[in-house]
Amino acid sequence: MAVFAFYLFAIVAVVSGVLVVFARNPVHSVLWLILAFFSAAGLFVLLGAEFVAMLMLIVYVGAVAVLFLFVVMMLDVDFAVLRAGMAKLLPVGLLIAVVLLVQLGFVFGGWEVSDQALSLRQAVTPAPVEIDNTTALGMLIYTKYVFLFQAAGLVLLVAMVGAIVLTLQKRVYVKRQDVLVQMYRDPKETVHLVDIKPGQGA
Amino acid sequence: MIGLAHYLTVAAILFVTGIFGIFVNRKNVIVILMSIELMLLAVNINLVAFSAALGDLVGQVFTLFVLTVAAAEAAIGLAILVCFFRNTGTIAVEDINVMKG
Repeated sequence: MAVFAFYLFAIVAVVSGVLVVFARNPVHSVLWLILAFFSAAGLFVLLGAEFVAMLMLIVYVGAVAVLFLFVVMMLDVDFAVLRAGMAKLLPVGLLIAVVLLVQLGFVFGGWEVSDQALSLRQAVTPAPVEIDNTTALGMLIYTKYVFLFQAAGLVLLVAMVGAIVLTLQKRVYVKRQDVLVQMYRDPKETVHLVDIKPGQGA
Repeated sequence: MIGLAHYLTVAAILFVTGIFGIFVNRKNVIVILMSIELMLLAVNINLVAFSAALGDLVGQVFTLFVLTVAAAEAAIGLAILVCFFRNTGTIAVEDINVMKG
């Protein structure tokens, strides 16, 4: 059953990854990307990393992919024009992809785990029957890696500020309320009383 | 039996797909950003696979940080994209030379 699940998730992940690149419509690309994330989350569950799998769904599918979807739908771009030179680049891209894949195959094909690898572990995974994955990760993140965790939060804060600064528009033609100007207005200068004699007013 | 090598193969294929996507869609910056997300996903699969194979939780902790950086990168990248589109009316990145770099 685990073998079947692995092949299902793996094949779906690879196929949807390829379709992200080749889909004609960028909206379809985003949807294939979501499918790739879903199947990767399935692979993570098979590996026993449930927390990372769920985080994957929340962060990638819930935030990143929806962000992509918003941007794709917001921009008024003719995507057919952007795809024009694709056929010309295809052979070079394929060549580079094949070379890279062969190189990665060499690296991973000759991979041997060192004898001392098990003694070099920083945080040995506790047995899942005793402590589940989420608890074990939490006990690690909030103790040993707490500063890194805070730094990750800072990265997100900077990203948020940067995104807001980049996309915030100051519209000059919109009238806004300026509270300070209202408060500092002096009635003596604003209201002008004129004494007009009877019969002279227009 | 499914071992480490199987997961590494999937990750390698996804990573190469991401690089391939960057090469092929040179103009469409949205697809380039999505390809980068695919590559980061492959890295995450590698990290989690090694974490599970060696029984070391640090790999999963590191996955969290990769996830954080990926989310930040997507947000900033798309913000730059929106800003660029507002100024030029296109998202073709192939012939951007505003910075003369």
